[in-house]
Amino acid sequence: MTKTGFIPVFLYEITKIFHIKHRGEDMEKNKYKDIVEKYTPKEDRTSHGLKAFLIGGLMGVLGQFLLDLYAYLFHIPTTEAAPFMIITLIFFASLFTALGFFDKWVAWAQAGLIIPITGFAHSMMSAALEYRKEGFVTGIGANMFKLAGTVIIFGVVSAYVFGFIRLILFGG
Amino acid sequence: MMLYVNSFLFAGLVCLLGQIILDNTKLTPGHVTTIFVVVGAFLDTFCIYDKIILFVGGGALVPITSFGHLLIHGALARAADFGIIGLLMGMFDLTSSGIIAAIVFSFFFSIIFKPKD
Repeated sequence: MTKTGFIPVFLYEITKIFHIKHRGEDMEKNKYKDIVEKYTPKEDRTSHGLKAFLIGGLMGVLGQFLLDLYAYLFHIPTTEAAPFMIITLIFFASLFTALGFFDKWVAWAQAGLIIPITGFAHSMMSAALEYRKEGFVTGIGANMFKLAGTVIIFGVVSAYVFGFIRLILFGG
Repeated sequence: MMLYVNSFLFAGLVCLLGQIILDNTKLTPGHVTTIFVVVGAFLDTFCIYDKIILFVGGGALVPITSFGHLLIHGALARAADFGIIGLLMGMFDLTSSGIIAAIVFSFFFSIIFKPKD
């Protein structure tokens, strides 16, 4: 800078500023275009529904396969293999969310992965990851159930009410 | 083998229903999963979900509707022994494995892995 003298550097700085300004404007336009493209729905509802049906159905098949697998491996009846199956699905949903690519899958398949038990694990895992920087107690501890808590609260309340009704009407 | 076909069809239809609700209303995924849990518990009031599980197998246990079903069954199993108080005692008996697994895995994975933005 000292070798080239003041005026050339000054001119260069001015062109640089203008250059950046021009490029910045272009970039802003492109960004705007990108944002518009991103939020205009590209795919119609039928393809969303088809994806959800296919992926959800495959999750169901995977569940049944895991039930049979654990029943075969541990020599237990299929009905008792349910917790193992659910834990396996939750483990992989949490792991894939933590590794960062489950979000894309959920965005692609939508209800196909949100309605199965994977959606529950995904919401807890992403809440834990998101609030981790706020500390263990005020971050992870306070916010882990931010999204998944509603499922548990309404599940427990409705199960209590309906269980009460069933107990009175049918005796359990 | 029939169970696999039924699993595919039932789980697929439940997810399709969820997707239709998501696309056509302003409800968030949180609303939809909550609705499905309540529906699962409601269907068990008249023993409907039990029959679905016998007929469908694993496909009926994977969607979140089974969460409501398991809550109500844990409660009723204890209620058989302890009466009304049993409803409060056994609510999480069958679902605890899933909830505890989700809490423990989430906690340790959030410590091990760094969030990607």
